[in-house]
Amino acid sequence: MNKNLYRLDWVTISLYISLVVFGLINIYSTNFNENSTLFNFKIPVGKQFLFFIISIVSAFLILLTKAKNFERFASVFYLFTLLLLLGLFVFGNNISGATSWYSFGGVGLQPSEFAKVATTLAVAKLLSEIQIDVKNIKSMLQVGLVIILPIILILLQPDPGTALVFAAFFFVLFREGLNSFFLLLFFGLIFFFILALVAPIPFIFTSIFTLLISLYFFSRKLNKKTALVPYLALIFISCGYVYSVDYIFNNVFEQRHRDRFNIILGKEVDTQGIGYNINQSKIAIGSGGWEGKGFLQGTQTKGNFVPEQHTDYIFSTIGEEWGFYGSSAVILVFCFLIIRIIYRAENLKNNFARIYGHGLAAILFLHFFINIGMSLGLVPTIGIPLPFISYGGSSLLGFSCLLFIFLNLDSNRLND
Amino acid sequence: MRKSLLIGLTLIMGVVFIVRLFQLQVLNTSYQKLSENNAILSISDYPERGFIYDRNGILLVANQAAYDVMIIPENVIPFDTISFCKLTGIAKEKLILNLKKARRFSKRLPSVIVNQISKKTYAKLQEQMWKYEGFFIQKKSLRDYRIDFGANVLGYVSEVNTNDLKNDEYYQLGEIIGRQGIEKSYEKELRGEKGKRFLQKDRFNRIIGEYKEKSFDIIPGAANNIYLTLDATLQEFGESLMQNKRGGIVAIEPSTGEILALVSAPSYNPNLLVGRNRSSNYRKLVNDTLSKPLFDRGLQALYPPGSPFKTLNALIALQEGVITPETKFKCNKGHYYARGAFMECHCRRGSNNDLLKGIYQSCNTYFANTYKKIIEKYDTPDKGVNQWNEHLKSFGLGNYLGYDLSVGKRGFIPNAAYYNSWYKEGGWKAPTIISNAIGQGEVLTTPIQLANFTAAIANRGYYYTPHFLKSITGDTLQQNFARKNTSINPEHFEIVVKGMHKVVEKGTARIARIKDIEVCGKTGTAENYTKIDGIKTQLTDHSIFIAFAPKDNPKIAIAVFIENGYWGGRWAAPIASLMIEKYINKEVKRSWLEKKMLEGSLVSEYEKPNSGKPFKINE
Repeated sequence: MNKNLYRLDWVTISLYISLVVFGLINIYSTNFNENSTLFNFKIPVGKQFLFFIISIVSAFLILLTKAKNFERFASVFYLFTLLLLLGLFVFGNNISGATSWYSFGGVGLQPSEFAKVATTLAVAKLLSEIQIDVKNIKSMLQVGLVIILPIILILLQPDPGTALVFAAFFFVLFREGLNSFFLLLFFGLIFFFILALVAPIPFIFTSIFTLLISLYFFSRKLNKKTALVPYLALIFISCGYVYSVDYIFNNVFEQRHRDRFNIILGKEVDTQGIGYNINQSKIAIGSGGWEGKGFLQGTQTKGNFVPEQHTDYIFSTIGEEWGFYGSSAVILVFCFLIIRIIYRAENLKNNFARIYGHGLAAILFLHFFINIGMSLGLVPTIGIPLPFISYGGSSLLGFSCLLFIFLNLDSNRLND
Repeated sequence: MRKSLLIGLTLIMGVVFIVRLFQLQVLNTSYQKLSENNAILSISDYPERGFIYDRNGILLVANQAAYDVMIIPENVIPFDTISFCKLTGIAKEKLILNLKKARRFSKRLPSVIVNQISKKTYAKLQEQMWKYEGFFIQKKSLRDYRIDFGANVLGYVSEVNTNDLKNDEYYQLGEIIGRQGIEKSYEKELRGEKGKRFLQKDRFNRIIGEYKEKSFDIIPGAANNIYLTLDATLQEFGESLMQNKRGGIVAIEPSTGEILALVSAPSYNPNLLVGRNRSSNYRKLVNDTLSKPLFDRGLQALYPPGSPFKTLNALIALQEGVITPETKFKCNKGHYYARGAFMECHCRRGSNNDLLKGIYQSCNTYFANTYKKIIEKYDTPDKGVNQWNEHLKSFGLGNYLGYDLSVGKRGFIPNAAYYNSWYKEGGWKAPTIISNAIGQGEVLTTPIQLANFTAAIANRGYYYTPHFLKSITGDTLQQNFARKNTSINPEHFEIVVKGMHKVVEKGTARIARIKDIEVCGKTGTAENYTKIDGIKTQLTDHSIFIAFAPKDNPKIAIAVFIENGYWGGRWAAPIASLMIEKYINKEVKRSWLEKKMLEGSLVSEYEKPNSGKPFKINE
């Protein structure tokens, strides 16, 4: 039994509850009709409410559990979810092209949501072990394997959006001392990726070449012993990367993937085809103005102009009906929640708890960044939910578990 | 640094997102409009077009339901085209073409497949509709003319064209506008004010309900019914008398200026311009350049007024003091009005006529002399003609009368400037323009101007602007049609009225006499010319008659103009007389005359100039 419940972080809990309730309100609005009630479990808002109750019950159970048990059984959870993910290929339900679901009666469960929890626990446990050091290649491979396994299984469903979320563990690794080179590499890859899509290849090649050669001559002036080889290698690698991005983009990607990027990069204007979702989402949000159109008053929302509005595009309903004030408030709450979690995690003496907290914050951040970025037309269309708010039982339950495990660990901060 | 990477990124993204939100929601207002276009359908809500009644409350124009067969292509399943074609009367090829068009327009939105099916077809089709999935019937409103006459007054409606759209922002494509006649003049009253309904659409453009519980809807302003001054019975009678003739009848109530009948012949059945065959019928009417059914002869046709004009010259001469009722002029079957210039007259040789006799004998000599006196009263003919012109203007001649229909002609009354441009200054004198004395020459009038000055004579000195509007629903109309006084003193009228009475009693229009009604009138016979292959050719004279009755306290003033009807007493006078009898007595006792006029035809006369053969006139 957990004896430290009185040290619970009630601020975070109230933020959690307000986000879920706000989510319910907006789900209610997107699918509003005359027989919409919270207790009609056949419609989205009812189902979400049901899962909210399940989440609260789970949260209680989690809070009552002894903190040590999470560390102790992390590997078991992890292996269990891997089995669940594998089981999908046999027992899973194929919904709109992806086998991501187990279905029990009318209720679907998405093991990938729980894989996030289990992987976070597993990564935290592994990294907190004394003999593990991320600067060590062997440890790196071990941790990498733990992260990669669920990614592969999820990619095979295929559900690339959810798989992408596991990139969040990069932040955890970096926090635990991963070489800065990887950070540079990480952002460098993203930078060149975008550059390769935006600018013509010869232009990039010449720019890289001139930049690095002049850098080389500049350093030679300072230090006569500067070797040419690393610079040439860098030029070669950069150009090779840019070229391969270009090649992959044009030859390996399917047109729908290319379109998603092209629309965000402003290279194509397409308001009816692939750009439809983003455009309608922007219209919905933009039409909200300062104060929004009010609860149940969103015309874009009522007309179902934005597809997937109660799931991935829930933020467009918020934008339309609650305006600049409401949507900014949601963004501020998320920022505050993420930063609060990091801040509290940093103050934990227990390594497992700290790393777990970082994992939670990083996953929340990635969802927040991709989902809202997508609704605002800043990030390509990647279908992942907005934590606590988007419709989706497994997602709500998964995030609730993820959060309350941390709240449990946090309440035990004075024990170690 | 490692600790703060994620915190930093979170803060940066928070700021980026809020800036982006600010840009989308606050700075850029175009998204607001886009959302409205996107999700809200505003449709116009039309009030039913107003009805038109005659002066006695008889319904002339109402509305009828018409039915369009519509489809929504995505809902259509294969159907029995042959029985559908049979049912609706549409040709199979046309059906296939329309289906194709509809599909090309939109799969989800309705299109018209068969337009304006009759009530009968509708009834039949309604029972069979279950066979045709994806089809539905849309009701629309058309004009329903309850009568087959009065087309020239009532006018017609049609869809707005690009010009209307440019001129008046009220209208939108596909709406109906009054195009002619009363429909045009009282368009605003008849149409009412359209309202607006806002409907919420979904992303397939399907309507999913009212927008914000109708709170933004604008309720349409009700249309008004129009009561006309027209007497439907009289109008119908007039049109029937005019069949197979060309010309116009205008009847006015002198005490108010209310137009009782405005007949233009030939006319058309107003129902021709309603419904499915509207455009082909309209084309036929437009293309009939010989009888010009769309040309309102009562308002637009310019004719020389002929002898009725003598009454005005008599009044002007009395007002100017150049004659008195006792003034006499000698006539020897005419007279020389200048050296070598003889004007014929049908007076007996050696007549010595006073004004009264001058009028009822219609003595050309008398009025030529009178006219000469008017012109020569002043030191120059310029002043004389201009003074004469001023008097005539006060009777509403030479200008638009200001009645409430949109078509008309000014007519023409010459003045000094006109003659000075024709002749060298000083190159003309009274004898040069003597034809004006007897209503020939340069003077041109429309039938309504004739009727109007007749009303002024009947009133002994004033008239009300003739008009068609009696009242608008619920309103007692304030008199916007002003009383206008002529420049002739009332006391001068009695002698002229007496003369006109004598015309009917013992003069040229004895056929116009009606038992128990004192009719005053004046016949006219106007020479007229046309050009055949560029050669000026004289045609049979126009038959003209103006009249009012009863002599005291007149109820009706009327002008009848029959093109190429020969002398006034032949067609115009009997027709005018029948009209008066019909209006005052409500029935016509002289059935022999009525029959003669109804059956009389001038068709052969009208064919003469177009026959290409030489022909005789005034037979």
